[in-house]
Amino acid sequence: MRKVAIVGAGMTKVDKHWRRSLKELFGEAGTAALSGCGAPKVDALIVGNMCASDLSDQNNIGSLLADYLGMNPTTAYRVEAACGSGGAAFLAAYTAVASGIYDVVLTGGVEKLTDGVGGNTTFSLGKAADAEYELFYGASFVSLNALIMRHYMGFYGVPREAFADLSVMMHRNGSKNPFAQLPFEIKRETVLNSDMISDPITLFDCAPVGDGAAAVVLCPLEDAKRYSDAYVEVAGVAGASDTINIASRDDLLTFRSTVVAADRAYRMARVTPSDIDVAEIHDTFTITGAISLEDLGFCERGKFHKMMENGAFEPGGLVAINPSGGLKSRGHPVGATGAYQIAEIFLQLTGRAGRMQVPDATVGLAQNIGGSGSCAFVSILRRG
Amino acid sequence: MSVPRYWREIPRRSRLEAAKCKDCGAVVYPPRCRCAKCGSVEFEAYRLPETGTLVTYTIVRNPPKWFEKASPYIIGLVKLEDGTTIMSQITDIEPEEVKAGIPVEAVLRKVMEDGDSGIIEYAIKFRPRL
Ligand SMILES: [Zn+2]
Repeated sequence: MRKVAIVGAGMTKVDKHWRRSLKELFGEAGTAALSGCGAPKVDALIVGNMCASDLSDQNNIGSLLADYLGMNPTTAYRVEAACGSGGAAFLAAYTAVASGIYDVVLTGGVEKLTDGVGGNTTFSLGKAADAEYELFYGASFVSLNALIMRHYMGFYGVPREAFADLSVMMHRNGSKNPFAQLPFEIKRETVLNSDMISDPITLFDCAPVGDGAAAVVLCPLEDAKRYSDAYVEVAGVAGASDTINIASRDDLLTFRSTVVAADRAYRMARVTPSDIDVAEIHDTFTITGAISLEDLGFCERGKFHKMMENGAFEPGGLVAINPSGGLKSRGHPVGATGAYQIAEIFLQLTGRAGRMQVPDATVGLAQNIGGSGSCAFVSILRRG
Repeated sequence: MSVPRYWREIPRRSRLEAAKCKDCGAVVYPPRCRCAKCGSVEFEAYRLPETGTLVTYTIVRNPPKWFEKASPYIIGLVKLEDGTTIMSQITDIEPEEVKAGIPVEAVLRKVMEDGDSGIIEYAIKFRPRL
């Protein structure tokens, strides 16, 4: 196995891009990633996406995007793992380069949610769950996480306000991100008083619906300097699965997929949670963010709010969490989210994160979840 | 959901038919083809108990398409008497009155109509135990 580096990254602003199509969004991100490392010849394109077949009536988007980016003939295909598609595509791309089969791989994700009308988008996203035993009963993606949140609050006695504060933190961070969909600060009351979506989850506990694309360029570590002076090493990367329906889990209050993927990635990178300077975690809902902090080993179970009181997750604290604003403020273009996270960590470790920059960031982590924890992908990057 | 797809899941969704591992006794719902606990592929049909306790619930106010007419409705996780946990709708109770911990029992009800296939779909829901 060869060591692998990231030498370029690009992304679009996350937004409701009414005037722009799936391929235009990925075209912008892919072109930006490639031009950042001398526009090398690409041996393969591996792209994450969840909803194109439902909302854009388009399958086979590997070919679509390779064609649009003028890469033919190349190897091109799509990877689908619901909201974890971007992280899954990255794992596939890493494996392709590490194995020696491909040298330069463009990977990333794209999602075009605003092509869906009415309840179609909610229905399409709901397919991340078990279609026959969850979606069948009318369970939306939000409602499955609401079941977990109510149980969490009752089990640990964590007040509802604590979750609101997590949302406030994400918006404070995201207000500094030029690519964020919701780059503004909010107050605790904004969350508490926003519309109830699925009790106890309110609108401001949820990541917004938006479109976006992000991409990174991978190559063998030994070749990295040929493409760019600013590169990072992919030190660890892993994925793990869990039951697709949440009712089948022994413990509702942890995502075993994250715990297992993180453990594998930490071992592979030979680091522990305390070595991580900056992390982009998967906060689809505030409850998802809280559980992820625990599953990644950044805090004890049921204690995230105590840690926040001490500023543990701010830049300069124990570990800077979601300087991008996370899914809550940067946005959550489903199949692209994992790619955003990796691109953002790349910018942090190469010192180019602008107003989001975490001082002296050397080791960073990206955690990308699919479904309600039915799969997770954890990647650890180290400054080159 | 297509007619054949609805039809073939009827035993699970209207009779609460689970599978019991012949080697380690694990009860799995919905059934799997290989036991996650012991690796066995030998299962026998097992009827789940019809009473249990509501573990957690939510009130869906922003439903997926086809469920708009039913909104708001209650979704919950029910821990049955044998310890198996299943997800379903909670019925015959107002959203304001539902509470975690209440005893519930299975009842066959309509889940949805006028999906793409046009069929009316029935399944087990849970109501407060009478
Ligand atoms: Zn067994």
